[in-house]
Amino acid sequence: MRLEEHPILKFNRGKQVTIYFDGQPVEAFEGETVAAALHAAGVYHLSDSHEHHRPRGLFCAIGQCSSCMMVVDGRPNVKTCITKVRDGMTVETQKGKGDLGWNAKKS
Amino acid sequence: MERKEIVVVGGGPAGLCAALQAARMGAQVTLLEGDDRLGGQLVKQTHMFFGSQKQHAGTRGVDISTMLVKELEQMPNVEIRTNAMVLGRYEDGALTVDDNDQFKVIYPKKAVFATGASEKMLMFANNDMPGVYGAGAVQTLMNVYGVKPADRVLMVGAGNIGLIVSYQLMQAGVQVAAILDAGPRIGGYLVHAAKIRRAGVPILTRHSIKEAVGTDRVTGAVIVQLDEKWQAIPGTEQTIACDAICLAVGLSPFADLFWQAGCDMKFIPELGGHVPARGQDMQTSVEGIYVAGDVGGIEEASSAMVEGYLAGLNAASALGYGGETVQTQRTELETQLNDLRSGPVGEKIRAGLAKLYAE
Repeated sequence: MRLEEHPILKFNRGKQVTIYFDGQPVEAFEGETVAAALHAAGVYHLSDSHEHHRPRGLFCAIGQCSSCMMVVDGRPNVKTCITKVRDGMTVETQKGKGDLGWNAKKS
Repeated sequence: MERKEIVVVGGGPAGLCAALQAARMGAQVTLLEGDDRLGGQLVKQTHMFFGSQKQHAGTRGVDISTMLVKELEQMPNVEIRTNAMVLGRYEDGALTVDDNDQFKVIYPKKAVFATGASEKMLMFANNDMPGVYGAGAVQTLMNVYGVKPADRVLMVGAGNIGLIVSYQLMQAGVQVAAILDAGPRIGGYLVHAAKIRRAGVPILTRHSIKEAVGTDRVTGAVIVQLDEKWQAIPGTEQTIACDAICLAVGLSPFADLFWQAGCDMKFIPELGGHVPARGQDMQTSVEGIYVAGDVGGIEEASSAMVEGYLAGLNAASALGYGGETVQTQRTELETQLNDLRSGPVGEKIRAGLAKLYAE
């Protein structure tokens, strides 16, 4: 859920765009991070840990802890808490370590 | 390869002030920030600052940031680079930088590392479950992006961060179920605690979290009472319904660059962990590398700013800038720092600094 009213802050959101979370369209605003947009849409489970496949979500929100890594536009291990949304971006729940061949496949 | 006069690493309160001070004295300053905006954690501080007028007391953190950034942006001798993450520091003095996806090598004459801190984790069952956050993350979601992080939060830690973030959560329309602290007393300022208690939120001292409950998102937490030896008292467990658990259990200095540079490091619990040894001039054991802010010891943003001014002043003055007023300014800044650290709230930091300067 997004905050519309706040006693101190005013939120000037950017242009509305659409990102795709596991194939489903999600409303987002330019200038916000992938993790923030997913949170606003009620998506909290972002990846599965590689050893015990435990659900992982946002923890630090400043790019330090690696808990929010997802597959973004085909590229695994992207820290979604510091990656800004872009219209049409695809975001997938990351299972395990991710396919490290993404770069080779691209070229 | 680029050669620079003064490079400041980190655009939070300490780094902004270090850059400002050195630039005001006439030095050429390059400010490197890993994020896409300056301000560091100041941008999520919606509360008014304490301290004195000199550290902008009575102004909200986010407005202080805007003010400092504005002055910096207008200075012709300051180069600001955002999305520029310093990756390493090498023996010959080189800083390697991921500058907007380009690999750069920069040789500064003097460097100020103001890299800040990261949040500490706490051990309890299911602490990796979605819905367990560092307190700063919740602040980022609601104060920077305007996203409601949860409906009902359990806050762990009653220091200033735990208290202030709890109050901010309430301002954003989030219920705070309770605030826990393992210690016998509330660690933060009583003025914050009183505000929260008036709103009806219980602050439970000598309590900790034992377990996060849920399957793929937090639905509750098991809390437990602690005895004088910080051990859980069996039979005192209770379950609290909440959809987020917020950890405000302290910060660790983000000191990697000092380690890489081979600076003498000291482990000082009162300062948050390993910090670089330094003189009163904020210079580390490696000539030309200065420290400022939380990375040199966890403290308030007000003292981080003054440390920044001091490090910037000493770095610029070592290069011959500043003229006759330098000594007066230096004494004035040192006095400000001492004032901020006086009284009972500065007890811990004073103890930590005494250890740092010992020997």
